[in-house]
Amino acid sequence: MTRSSSAPVVAAVPSAGDALDTSAAISIRGLVKRYGDFVAVDGLDLDIRRGEIFALLGPNGAGKTTTVEICEGYRKRDAGEVRVLGEDPADGARRWKAQLGIVLQSGAGDSQLTCRELLRAQASYFSDPRDPDEVLQLVGLTEKANVRGRALSGGQRRRLDVALGIVGRPTLLFLDEPTTGFDPEARRQFWSLIRSLRELGTTMLLTTHYLDEAEALADRVGVIAHGRLMEVAVPSSLGGRETAPAVVSWTEDGVRRSADTATPTAFVRELAARFPGEVPDLAVARPTLEDVYLRMIGEPA
Amino acid sequence: MTMTPVRPDVALPPLASVYRTRGSVELKEFFRQRESVVFTLLFPVILLVVFGAVLDYDIGGGVTFTQYFMAGIVAAGILGASLQNMAISIATERSDGTLKSLAGTPMPKSAYFIGKIVQVLAVTLLIIAILLAVGVLAYGIDLPSGSDWFTFAWVAALGSASCTLLGIAVSSLAKNGRSASAMVTPIALVLQFISGVFFQFSQVPVWMQTVASFFPLKWMAQGLRSVFLPDALASAEPAGSWELGRVALVLALWCLAGLALCVATFRWQDRGTD
Repeated sequence: MTRSSSAPVVAAVPSAGDALDTSAAISIRGLVKRYGDFVAVDGLDLDIRRGEIFALLGPNGAGKTTTVEICEGYRKRDAGEVRVLGEDPADGARRWKAQLGIVLQSGAGDSQLTCRELLRAQASYFSDPRDPDEVLQLVGLTEKANVRGRALSGGQRRRLDVALGIVGRPTLLFLDEPTTGFDPEARRQFWSLIRSLRELGTTMLLTTHYLDEAEALADRVGVIAHGRLMEVAVPSSLGGRETAPAVVSWTEDGVRRSADTATPTAFVRELAARFPGEVPDLAVARPTLEDVYLRMIGEPA
Repeated sequence: MTMTPVRPDVALPPLASVYRTRGSVELKEFFRQRESVVFTLLFPVILLVVFGAVLDYDIGGGVTFTQYFMAGIVAAGILGASLQNMAISIATERSDGTLKSLAGTPMPKSAYFIGKIVQVLAVTLLIIAILLAVGVLAYGIDLPSGSDWFTFAWVAALGSASCTLLGIAVSSLAKNGRSASAMVTPIALVLQFISGVFFQFSQVPVWMQTVASFFPLKWMAQGLRSVFLPDALASAEPAGSWELGRVALVLALWCLAGLALCVATFRWQDRGTD
């Protein structure tokens, strides 16, 4: 995975006592949200820098949507402080909303209007919107411009949701499980759309439960489980993955053997010296993102 | 990356242009939906045609029941275009995420309601025009004359306003469009039966008249009867007169109550998601 050179380096993860970072796109301290006795978000601290793509990764019910919808101003928090583009989302003025693009998990609703009409209407709520036809092209819906919203397939409708989210030229874009229901090709297309928006400087907070999506798109990934951030890291080092011992496995005397090693190259060289030709069934593996993810959210791998 | 100060001066589009957008969106949403067009626009016309053909008797003073029914069906048409239409369409938009999505944009909240008012006005004017045209052409209805048009206008406007506000308020009680329809359609039907739409109000048992008089439809129908019927028939009314002052008072009170209910109950997302 190549990453643009402007990608930010990992900053220290904030803790509850730190001051809010008002220059960050999103700054959260000690966020708590309860539904009755159920604690959906349980003391969450996070800073998302401007220009960054941040992925919140976690199983269903982990608190992803609750956290995102508090940042969007839809839900009230029970404790903690939140600043989004420097403002408290609970105050949610129109000028603040004019800088946001929101793609809800539930979508933008059914409509008798065509895709183009819907985008034109949405664009009219902003003072400097993108051209609706350009946005249709960006999400690959040009051919559906004159098709009514409710006549679209699930994947097309999701792309329309994204189009509605970006037509206002947002500084900060929220994407709550944007690719659920996409086929693999549509997901690849969506990923390239997100990358082109990154080039335009759009900050994005993305929730997903697809590991490959987080790994492909995000500058940093936060793994959330039981309402808490388990870890925040660049995808390649999540869970100490880049320094975790490699597992070398091979077959010797008809028995499958394996060894953990921090220096797999040296280990394989030694191993090669013991065999006259190829080392039988040689494999070197690092823990996959899925391995560390499942360990982090407490599922047996 | 430029670290822009916390609050760049973000511009917003002029209100009038957003209002125009919402008006046009609401008109398209209504007229492109076959169910709403048939249910709201065509159903009253069918009732007028059927009742006009079947119940063509003289109710006294040389006045046909169709002439009497004209006032009732116009009132019922206004009820459908406002209360039923608003309750069902807003409940639908709340449950399918349209409202939540709009609430996340910088659209001024007032624009949503302006759009709905434009829709109700357009549909109401259209239904009244169609009913009058069918009444005159098919059944030789006598059109109101002179100052009756003025009464017609204010009764329709006050009735429509109160029922629109009530419809918006009632939409919050329903889980989705279908449950709103299941809730509001039977209520509207019962009100029509006891408010002097399908029968002469004087034939409705007194206790039902009393129930009906708590709701706007009875007063709308009564006000419209003063428009469509000769003054001699005012003696058949419960009070022996058209009671236009009371019509205005009750409808205005329902506007206030409806507005208070809207302010207290309106939600941009489903219950329990905040």
